[in-house]
Amino acid sequence: MTPRLLRAIVPLLLAVPLACAAQAQGKLLLTGGISSIDGSAGGGLSPWALTGSYATSGQTGATAYFTRLPVQDYSLSGYGASVAFGERAEVSLARQDFNASATGAALGLPGLRLKQTILGAKIRLAGDAVLDADTWMPQVALGVEYKHLDSGGLAPTLDALGARRSGIDVYLSASKLFLAQSTLVNVTLRATRANQNGLLGFGGSASRSYSLAPEVSVAYLLSRQWAVGVEYRMKPDKLNPSVLGDALREDDWKDVFVAWAPNKHVSLTAAYVDLGRVVPGLQPRRQRGVYGSIQFAY
Amino acid sequence: MRRSSRDSWWPAALARRVLVAMALLTGLAAWAEDDALYRDLGGEEGIARIVEGMVDRAYADPRIQKKFDGVNPKALKESLRRQFCALSGGNCAYEGETMKKSHAHLAVDKADFNALVEDLQLAMDEQKVPFTVQNRLLALLAPMHRDIITR
Repeated sequence: MTPRLLRAIVPLLLAVPLACAAQAQGKLLLTGGISSIDGSAGGGLSPWALTGSYATSGQTGATAYFTRLPVQDYSLSGYGASVAFGERAEVSLARQDFNASATGAALGLPGLRLKQTILGAKIRLAGDAVLDADTWMPQVALGVEYKHLDSGGLAPTLDALGARRSGIDVYLSASKLFLAQSTLVNVTLRATRANQNGLLGFGGSASRSYSLAPEVSVAYLLSRQWAVGVEYRMKPDKLNPSVLGDALREDDWKDVFVAWAPNKHVSLTAAYVDLGRVVPGLQPRRQRGVYGSIQFAY
Repeated sequence: MRRSSRDSWWPAALARRVLVAMALLTGLAAWAEDDALYRDLGGEEGIARIVEGMVDRAYADPRIQKKFDGVNPKALKESLRRQFCALSGGNCAYEGETMKKSHAHLAVDKADFNALVEDLQLAMDEQKVPFTVQNRLLALLAPMHRDIITR
C-alpha cells in the first residue's frame, strides 16, 4: 500500500464515526482503553485485548486520536483512528512522525524525519475482561500490525544495516479487570523484529528472525473517570550488534500514566515515558519525556 | 491469698478459657469478614437507599425503561434489597426467582446490562458509597451477565 493511498484512507476512517448514526455507547467508561501509539486500543505503549470505542454487541464504534511525545533528542507525533465491530474485532490505522533532526544532522541528514504507517487488526478470541469477575479467565485477543516505514534520507543507511522498510507484528493479548480490586492487568506477547517499533526498520544483518517480546500493563481505577498505571514493553534488539557495533542498541520502553475520561466521547492521557537509549552511538542519554494524548470516541 | 482447690487445675481452666475466647474471636472475625461489604454499603438502610435510587433511575432511563413494563417497582425493590443483602453478607435470604428465569423473556443485551450497571453506580455515588466498595458489589453482580444477557 502506498503512503499516498494511506493518506486518503485516514480522513475516510475519520468520517466513519459521522456515518455511525447509531449511538455506540454500550460499554462502561474507560473499558475501551485508550489509543496506543500503534493505533490499537490499549494502554499508551501496548495494545490490550479490549476493543476500542464504546461499541458493544450489535454496535459499531470508532475512535480518533492525536498523541505527542517529545523526549530529549527526538519527538514523536502520532494520529490515527480505529473502528470496532461490537467487542469482537477492531481495525486501526496510525501514522507516526518521528523527528530525528538532531541525529540526522550528525549523519549529514538535516531535518531527518521517520514516518511510519501502521495498519492494525485485532480479534477477540474469548472472555470478557470486565464482567467475568468471578473467574481468572481474561479477555484474550489476537492482533496483527502491518507497519510501513518511510525512512527518508536514512534509507541507504537502513539498507546497509540490512533492515527492511516494512514488517508485520503479531501479538496475543490477555486483559483482566480484577473488579473487586479495581485493578486491570494486561499481558501482551508480541512476535516482532521491529527496530524501535519499526522506526528503524525491521530486522538487521545480524538477525532476521522474529523475537517474542512481552509487554505488561497494570492500571488502577481511582474512579469511573480516572485511572493510573504503569507499562513495560520489552523490545527485540535486531540492530545490535550491527556494522556500527552496539551504536544502535535499543532498550525497553516504560511509562507511568494517568488517564481521564470525563465522558464517553473524549479521554485525555498523560504519561511520563522512558524510551531508554535511541541510537546511543550518537545520542547516549536516555530519552524521557511527557506523553500527551487525546482520544475522541463515537 | 488462700489457695483454693480450684487453683490446682488452673492451667487447664485457663487453657479452656483461652480456647473459648479464641473460638469466639475467630467466629467474630469470620462474621466481620463475611458481612464487611454489607456494612460498607450501609447495612439494611444503605442498601435500601441504593436499590431505591437504582430502580428509580432504571425506570426513567430511556435506554432500558421498556424492560420494566408491567413490573411492579415496589416488588422489584424488595426483591433486589434481599438479593443485595444476601450477596454482600447480610443476614437475609434471597428467595426470588433465578436470574435466568426472571430475565429469560426480556431479550437483554450487553448494552442494556451495562446501562443498569451505570444506574447502580449513580445510585451508589448519590449515597456516597466509596468507589472501591462499589466495585466489590459490582464484582458479585457482574458474573450474572451469563444468565441475564440473552442476545
